[in-house]
Amino acid sequence: MRELRQHGLAHLVLIVGIALLLFPLYMAFVGSTHDAATIGRGRLPLTPGSHMAENYIQAWNYGTGERVAGTPVRIMMANSLAMALAIAVGKIVVSVLAAYAVVFFRFPGRMFFFWLIFLTLMLPLEVRIIPSYKVASDLRLLNTFAGLTLPLLVSATGTLLFRQVFLTVPRELLDAAKIDGAGPLRVLFSVILPLSRPSIAALFVILFVYGWNQYLWPLLITTDPRMNTIVIGIVKMLGTSEAMMDWNLVMATTVMALAVPVVVVLLLQRWLVKGLVEAEK
Amino acid sequence: MVTGAPVFKNKFLPYLLVAPQIAVTGVFFVWPAAQAIQQAVLRSDPFGLRTRFVGLENFKVLFSDPYYLGAIRLSFLFAAAVTLIALGVALLLAVMAHRPLKGARVYKTLLIWPYALAPAMAAVLWLFLFQPSIGIVARALQGIGIHWNYTLNGGQAFFLVVLASVWKLVSYNFIFFLAGLQAIPRSLLEAARVDGASSRRVFWSVVFPLLTPTTFFLLVMNTVYAFIDTFGVIDALTKGGPGKATETMVYKLFVDGYKNFQINSSAAQSVVLMALVILLTAVQFRFIERRVHYA
Repeated sequence: MRELRQHGLAHLVLIVGIALLLFPLYMAFVGSTHDAATIGRGRLPLTPGSHMAENYIQAWNYGTGERVAGTPVRIMMANSLAMALAIAVGKIVVSVLAAYAVVFFRFPGRMFFFWLIFLTLMLPLEVRIIPSYKVASDLRLLNTFAGLTLPLLVSATGTLLFRQVFLTVPRELLDAAKIDGAGPLRVLFSVILPLSRPSIAALFVILFVYGWNQYLWPLLITTDPRMNTIVIGIVKMLGTSEAMMDWNLVMATTVMALAVPVVVVLLLQRWLVKGLVEAEK
Repeated sequence: MVTGAPVFKNKFLPYLLVAPQIAVTGVFFVWPAAQAIQQAVLRSDPFGLRTRFVGLENFKVLFSDPYYLGAIRLSFLFAAAVTLIALGVALLLAVMAHRPLKGARVYKTLLIWPYALAPAMAAVLWLFLFQPSIGIVARALQGIGIHWNYTLNGGQAFFLVVLASVWKLVSYNFIFFLAGLQAIPRSLLEAARVDGASSRRVFWSVVFPLLTPTTFFLLVMNTVYAFIDTFGVIDALTKGGPGKATETMVYKLFVDGYKNFQINSSAAQSVVLMALVILLTAVQFRFIERRVHYA
């Protein structure tokens, strides 16, 4: 009986928690299915309306309504997708290579490089905004895809994670491969990478979400609306966020912007959890 | 690191392998950080014609500026609020979701998804609910006689920024607390129960102490998040206003450096923040070293 009551309490707490998490998302969806006038009057119903298709089509194709100027969602989606993929793939490649060198080779300066990589942990973009912007501007990287992604390709987290993974590879396996005549690159591709596949998958989820969600750097680097990522695009649409604007379009854009990383996280949930919990070890 | 002889001997390959990471690190991390430190001890005249060395003068000015002191106070208050609330809520949810419940898997999935959202997107969702004239929560609050307008009321703006930041952070903490709970051997809990401990007693004397490493790790990560990553929340919701009610240290750095071109002051602010992040990272790694021993 006590057991039952406690389970009842647990269900209640979880349902209330989940409801609080879901409520803003649900209302954004509701907002995306009504017309701008209904929302502008401040009388948004709690149930979806009948304008869903037209709102999404307009946001997808034009992004601009009567009282809001935006970039078509299809362009911003493509930008965000390209950025997220470039960051996720690029970061994994860069981290794997560096970790491989640091773990399996002995060379002068190895510890120096290791500490240099470690140092990046302590220098998040937000604390070096202005000089980083200046470097990108001096290198003529403003409003370019390279400028958007290149500085985000490096992080200590990825390299440290792969270092941990590589350290657990049994020495005998490597020696056997060497006896079979495999060189360092062959060992990397035929032994190390296949063994690291779970960590690569896990890191991919984390980095894809990280890339998709970038905010400050794209805000600085891209001023051309056609370069807008979707997160930046939505905040720009909001502007001063007045009552009379096409909230229906803003919310349709928001729902589409959320859908991609949320679906990735839900589908690859197992890898995400594994990756997060392992990356911090 | 690997003990014994190196696996491979090769003169150039290792340098080639680390080259991409080192090149980007050098150009986009080390060089800008060095620039910030250099600019922090210089002062240029408004036209950028003359620059002279002023030592720690910029820092002295900074720390006697009531606005900067206000931003520091606000950042710590904000970080404390976000961290404590997000940790408490996530721990409660994780403990409940860890029970052998029907539908536990569905619960877990429904608690994890906000992890996928950018802080700025979390802000947009809450803005839609709390916008003073069209937000349905705002209208409801006004309906019961609360003068809700976060664009005029600093306290309300602070509340909203904390709410959006916490909301996004809960799932991150939940993932770690749940993993921490799952790592506790069931036999330990059963032993405590056999000894007659109530479930509250089991939690506070067995489970919570065993979660200390997780809690401590999250405490550091959440503090970093509150100081650094909430930039997007603030930029999308309040832009630091009204007045300076939500202007954190990072937001002030952005405004002074990027909007107002105060190069030397913003460089000094960068250095202060760097010191803070280094301190937090050091705390975290000292503690992780210790945990490796215990594990």
